[in-house]
Amino acid sequence: MIRVVLPQHLRGLAHVTGEVQVEIAGPVTQRSVVDAIETSYPMLRGTIRDHVTQQRRPFLRFFACEEDLSHESIDAPLPEAVVSGKEPLLIIGAIAGG
Amino acid sequence: MSGVRLLVGTRKGAFILTSDGKRKQWDVSGPHFAGWEVYHIKGSAADPNRLYASQTSGWFGQIIQRSDDGGKTWTQPGTPPGERTTPEGMPKAESNKFVYDVSAETGKPLTTHQFYDGKQHPWEFKRVWHVEPSLSDPDTVYAGVEDAALFRSTDGGKNWKELSGLRGHGTGPKWQPGAGGMCLHTIVLDPTNPKRIFVAISAAGAFRSDDAGETWKPINRGLKSQFIPDPDAEVGHCVHRIAMHRAKPGVLFMQKHWDVMRSDNAGDSWQEVSGDLPSDFGFPIDVHAHEPETVYVVPIKSDGEHFPPDGKLRVYRSRTGGNEWEALTKGLPQKDCYVNVLRDAMAVDSLDKCGVYFGTTGGQVYGSADAGDTWAPIVRDLPAVLSVEVQTLP
Repeated sequence: MIRVVLPQHLRGLAHVTGEVQVEIAGPVTQRSVVDAIETSYPMLRGTIRDHVTQQRRPFLRFFACEEDLSHESIDAPLPEAVVSGKEPLLIIGAIAGG
Repeated sequence: MSGVRLLVGTRKGAFILTSDGKRKQWDVSGPHFAGWEVYHIKGSAADPNRLYASQTSGWFGQIIQRSDDGGKTWTQPGTPPGERTTPEGMPKAESNKFVYDVSAETGKPLTTHQFYDGKQHPWEFKRVWHVEPSLSDPDTVYAGVEDAALFRSTDGGKNWKELSGLRGHGTGPKWQPGAGGMCLHTIVLDPTNPKRIFVAISAAGAFRSDDAGETWKPINRGLKSQFIPDPDAEVGHCVHRIAMHRAKPGVLFMQKHWDVMRSDNAGDSWQEVSGDLPSDFGFPIDVHAHEPETVYVVPIKSDGEHFPPDGKLRVYRSRTGGNEWEALTKGLPQKDCYVNVLRDAMAVDSLDKCGVYFGTTGGQVYGSADAGDTWAPIVRDLPAVLSVEVQTLP
């Protein structure tokens, strides 16, 4: 089971509190995790990545194991600690004033 | 007893303000969608409990929210909790998916507009500025979006389809963004002719369809804009807002970037009616619910100084359809006031006397229960107000 921490605003849209968990049959990558989130929580489609381009929204980042994975290939395997469920994948909204 | 419901969109959420017909005491609910920008909320004329809201974010994109109980509860259309997917696991609908039509069957795929650097730039969806429910069908609603285009849903906001004849009619490559982006911010439906739709775009101008949105033509004759190379150009004008009285749908009033304008032929031509206003720059414009020649504007000092002239917040009213204007000041701050009133942030109710409401970038919502003669703040400390709509309830 893959653990994912969503930003507060997306937890609100998805009607969840705390972490969400998704099950992935194949390779665990940024793409497959977001695919699984969008399947479980269709109200989040378009909020993490663009509907059309499938690109990560510019002000979101993917962190795990104290690393910024945002600029890794979306098809690169995520760290073993995320795959095993020891560590969550963090989806982070960029800080900004106002 | 009748009452009113104000639908207020702000930079940090939505608020619903309700009162009885006296419009003295107000209940405030919200923030709904706290922390999100709510560009616009509007109720259906056919079903006042049906509301649509545009909830948007620079981080998370666009969300459409719908209420079927007058704003007590909200859902993203098509994805109610517990019914997220079809039996096959697919999303029931994608209410926040606004995809520009570039299909061959429309005949005129259009992919670029003029950009700040003078080059052609691809259309990129950013947000919904304005939602306009059909006057007769609660499930039909229009959305004006940035980059400028018009979308329509006929299933209660679950799915959206572009009315691509607007972008495809021919002048699209000449449209360009203003400082606020290239947005379709005004949608006016003709109550006597369901096939007639007016829209306005910054910075392109006003457009009209007479076939329910299939085909469009620019309606900017008479507009003069010094900030474009040809001040009389067919398109390129920064129209801020258009208003109509339902009893006279052929008469339109326009607040342009500069100039207050009037058309008596459904936009075929325009005449300036700024008259004796202290400034003819501004954003909102609206018409009295019972007097088709009574018009309201909020003059702003200039395009470089977005606040009221002399620090005095004044609504101006014309009872003559323009040209002759009177300042309405009673109850409004008359010194040290430097707020702005945005294009969608004024509305009128249909009680007798007509109520007039507007919100400011300082977070105040002011109301008048006597057609503008006197004003009082309904709330003072909301986030910056982006839009105000009002529903008159039975």
